[in-house]
Amino acid sequence: MSNIPENLRYSKDHEWVSVDGDLAAIGITDYAQHSLGDVVYIDMPRVGDKFSAHEAFGSVESVKAVSEVFTPIAGEVTEVNDGLNDTPEKVNGDPYGDAWFIKIKMDNPLEADGMLSSAEYEEYLEASA
Amino acid sequence: MRYIPNSPEERAEMLDSIGLSNASELFRSIPADVQLDRKLKITDPLAEAEVISAMEEMAARNSAATKPSFLGAGVYSHFSPTIVDHLIQRSEFFTSYTPYQPEISQGTLQYIFEFQTLICQLTGMEVANASMYDGSTAMAEAYLMAQRVTRRNKIVVATSVHPEYREVAKTYTKHGDAEIVEVAFDETTGRLSDISALDDQTAALVVQSPNFFGCVEDLTALADSAHTVGALLVVVVTEGISFGLLKSPGSCGADIVVGEGQSFGIPMGFGGPHVGLFATQDKFVRQMPGRLCGIAYDKNGNRGFTLTLSTREQHIRREKATSNICTNQGLIALAATIYMETMGKAGLQEVAMQNAQKAAYAKQRISALEGYSIPFSAPTFNEFVVRGSRAASEVLEAAREAGVIGGLALSKYYSGRGKEFLVCVTETSSRANIDRLVGVLS
Repeated sequence: MSNIPENLRYSKDHEWVSVDGDLAAIGITDYAQHSLGDVVYIDMPRVGDKFSAHEAFGSVESVKAVSEVFTPIAGEVTEVNDGLNDTPEKVNGDPYGDAWFIKIKMDNPLEADGMLSSAEYEEYLEASA
Repeated sequence: MRYIPNSPEERAEMLDSIGLSNASELFRSIPADVQLDRKLKITDPLAEAEVISAMEEMAARNSAATKPSFLGAGVYSHFSPTIVDHLIQRSEFFTSYTPYQPEISQGTLQYIFEFQTLICQLTGMEVANASMYDGSTAMAEAYLMAQRVTRRNKIVVATSVHPEYREVAKTYTKHGDAEIVEVAFDETTGRLSDISALDDQTAALVVQSPNFFGCVEDLTALADSAHTVGALLVVVVTEGISFGLLKSPGSCGADIVVGEGQSFGIPMGFGGPHVGLFATQDKFVRQMPGRLCGIAYDKNGNRGFTLTLSTREQHIRREKATSNICTNQGLIALAATIYMETMGKAGLQEVAMQNAQKAAYAKQRISALEGYSIPFSAPTFNEFVVRGSRAASEVLEAAREAGVIGGLALSKYYSGRGKEFLVCVTETSSRANIDRLVGVLS
């Protein structure tokens, strides 16, 4: 059973978003980290890069595969969690806390409201299981 | 690949099972008007003895192979110990195909790992790949890698980099977004000194050292200039033996070192097949092209070798791969590895020293001749430019008639340098032959 905190928003690509004003932290979900296996490297964008919604902003590499990560909402990267590449195992340990990938300044903060709630994401996982 | 013989009966059976009556029907999807409807225009079969005699007659016409030659310019005449050719002919090494299965490829993976280690040691870099096609394509890959690392498009390359390398890199990157700017070398020193083309859009400064004219570049100064604007310094080395004597590009601040490994025991072979070298710093490894072999230990502590960081490569990343070079010059890299390990550190230094000393002797003797001078003041390794008092092509033609291949006329690549030619002296040039060249020139 995946850990799906109630205070976050989710995408069908298995990213989570934590909103704070017009800033949003983005990471991958417990389900995603579990499917990938041991994470070894994350290819991050750079501060100042702009992405539209559902665009790939980087990739996450595990011992099994490499997968793209998408930003569920449009915006400009304000911070990158570079430290994660020294301790990529944090993504497997707790994908929600310190293991955020990037923070973006959202073009439209209302966009986050359109994302899945924890209950909806859980339903989505069950339906696609 | 196994050899699977089949008899005419078996062939008929195979054709029958796919509903064809003869093998030519396999080609029926090719329009008739583009099919060749006659026999190839080749001579009738010859007896084996006739073939040997025809080949011997042809080989005898290759008089260049027996004349003393002072040609270099990217392909060098070096002595290769017999062990190199002997060992690479072991049947285990004949297929240099990608060792995807480490459990059955430990020997191949080990020599690849050793090759990478040796290239790191020589270039002064932290990571080297399992080889590229050749020096020029390695340089082109360095352009692309520098663009990925810096996210900039401008490549500043010195015109003292091998003209054919620049041409290949231009073709290779033609459909990308690289903006290639060529900058001239200093006419007095033969080195690159004007770096005014560098700016905050520059991905890389690309120089060759020793450069096409044999001049050793001031890499430390160039590295500082490149780094000041946030660009990478790419150093191209066409003469690997120079590593035995010169300060490594890595210790001078190079970010990417690419080169040609032909000097490491590989026959000149009319220009190939040779082997490309590619090395960089560990922090850039994810942006590096090509195959990488790594060392690993199992849970019992046993050492093993395996391909690693494959997620950069096209069989996993598809169009997002760092390059389309997935294969490498496996057999040639093996030959280079055997050469380097046979020579050892002291041997390579000795060869490099002989090259430098013999070339210095030739340079000094030629420059003392009336009508000849050395146009560039920078220090050289085993190649140098000579300026005569008439067309270099005529001088070289006269030398050839006198039985000496005196070098390469620069006019082939550089207009306005009609009186200059490039002379290369390696350990294979005897003092008698150098004296002969000097005699012919005078």
